[in-house]
Amino acid sequence: MVARITGIAVVVAVCALVEGLIRAGLINAYVVPLPSQILASIPRIVVEEHVLARFGQTMQEVVAAAALLAVFGISLGALFYKSPLLRRACESWVGAWAAAPIVLVYPLFLVIFGRSATTIVMIGFAAGLPPVILKTLEGLVATRRVLLDVGRSFRLDGRQQFAKILLPAALPTIFVGFRLGLIFAMINIVGVEFLINFGGLGQLINELAERYDLPGTYGAILFVVLTSVLFFAATEWLERRLRPMR
Amino acid sequence: MTSAGTPRPVAGDARRVLVLRVAIVVAVLGLWQVVAVSGILFRDVVPSLTAIGAALGRLLADPAFYRNLGVTAYEIGVAIVIGGATGLAVGIALGANRFLSDAFESFLHYLGPTPKIIFFPVMIMWFGVGGGSKIAMGVVSCFFPVAISAAAGMRQIDRVLILVGRSFRASTSQMVTKIYLHAMREPIVNGLRLGMGVAIVGTLLAETKLSREGLGSMVIQAYTVFDMPKMYALVIVLFVLAVGLNVLLGRLRR
Repeated sequence: MVARITGIAVVVAVCALVEGLIRAGLINAYVVPLPSQILASIPRIVVEEHVLARFGQTMQEVVAAAALLAVFGISLGALFYKSPLLRRACESWVGAWAAAPIVLVYPLFLVIFGRSATTIVMIGFAAGLPPVILKTLEGLVATRRVLLDVGRSFRLDGRQQFAKILLPAALPTIFVGFRLGLIFAMINIVGVEFLINFGGLGQLINELAERYDLPGTYGAILFVVLTSVLFFAATEWLERRLRPMR
Repeated sequence: MTSAGTPRPVAGDARRVLVLRVAIVVAVLGLWQVVAVSGILFRDVVPSLTAIGAALGRLLADPAFYRNLGVTAYEIGVAIVIGGATGLAVGIALGANRFLSDAFESFLHYLGPTPKIIFFPVMIMWFGVGGGSKIAMGVVSCFFPVAISAAAGMRQIDRVLILVGRSFRASTSQMVTKIYLHAMREPIVNGLRLGMGVAIVGTLLAETKLSREGLGSMVIQAYTVFDMPKMYALVIVLFVLAVGLNVLLGRLRR
């Protein structure tokens, strides 16, 4: 607890120091705005720039990407599980895809899908897909043999075996992948919004920066950081809730 | 990222896998070519394979490409050195000291998953519109995975090794160079690998947003003049370089 308070106190002290240095003219106020101005800009961003509506827009894109990730990621993972040959042929490709800088091809997505929310969602989806596939596969492969035998003893057919035994058993691991995929998707979605100047929170930062509204830009960045922290914490909480099912 | 329990290869299996791989690649390329020739989509969006191949050839023969590659490689290289070194130092400090870790490590975990590109307007203010702001983007991107990995790696070091170092009265710098860095080679390489990946992305994205040189700016210029074959060629080169570097660094781990 003492350590936590110290950490926060150091951050506050650094902000106070920066404020002092700017007021003393040692840091250029046109480069770094006063921390007090940044704080004061937050209500303005909320009211005038409709930050909550923008947050909603970004979240809509994240939810759309999440739905695609759940459907295609889990299906592909299950397909790899069903076909060991396909798995051996493609698993390392999915690994390489995870390492590939997907977001760099955003101009390509712009050409295909136009400057629209679809481009943003598709990039988020493409960036988040590999961990969902690989973790789904990992979860299914790790299903305990005894559970599969129980299913067989009840004469479950293939579909029932998958829905009643394999999927529930693999769910905690699948969620680990889904969470990773969602985080990748969100990072890319906000990033592309900024880059193509379209959509929710990312666009807001771009607009404020282009207007040279420095306190607003810093305030909006703070808001995005806060959003990612909350998003990160919420998925972590969900993951912990799922864990006892193991 | 590989999943557990890779199926055991059976005799003749490798051949079937190879056949399937070749079949998939041929099918994808064939489908691409059919779409390109048929005109279902705008022809320029899906250029024919020969057009992409020709553009790739032209790109690799173009001195401007190597100049831009040099600019980007320099920016990424400097970013990895600065981001990696500071990340390592901060990670070791946090991993070695419980109090510092409790006080500050949560900030690393909070800032780690935020999209770093949003800091670009700030970096432009601080370091200008030239290479400085791109290097800064790479540094910010690279720092977090390296620091988080190094902090976690420090805590996994076998206590016996640390006690041996202390019993020899090793100084802090000797502890770092003789014990810590050796004992956490794997997490450090993993962190650097992740850091390099995000540094490449951070630097190149910054170049696409605002730059006159570098591969990122070449991509966005190709997009602006709608030279699709050149854009595909650049994307292929970038992917090969990024994945290749990643694999190379992965080998170091062993």
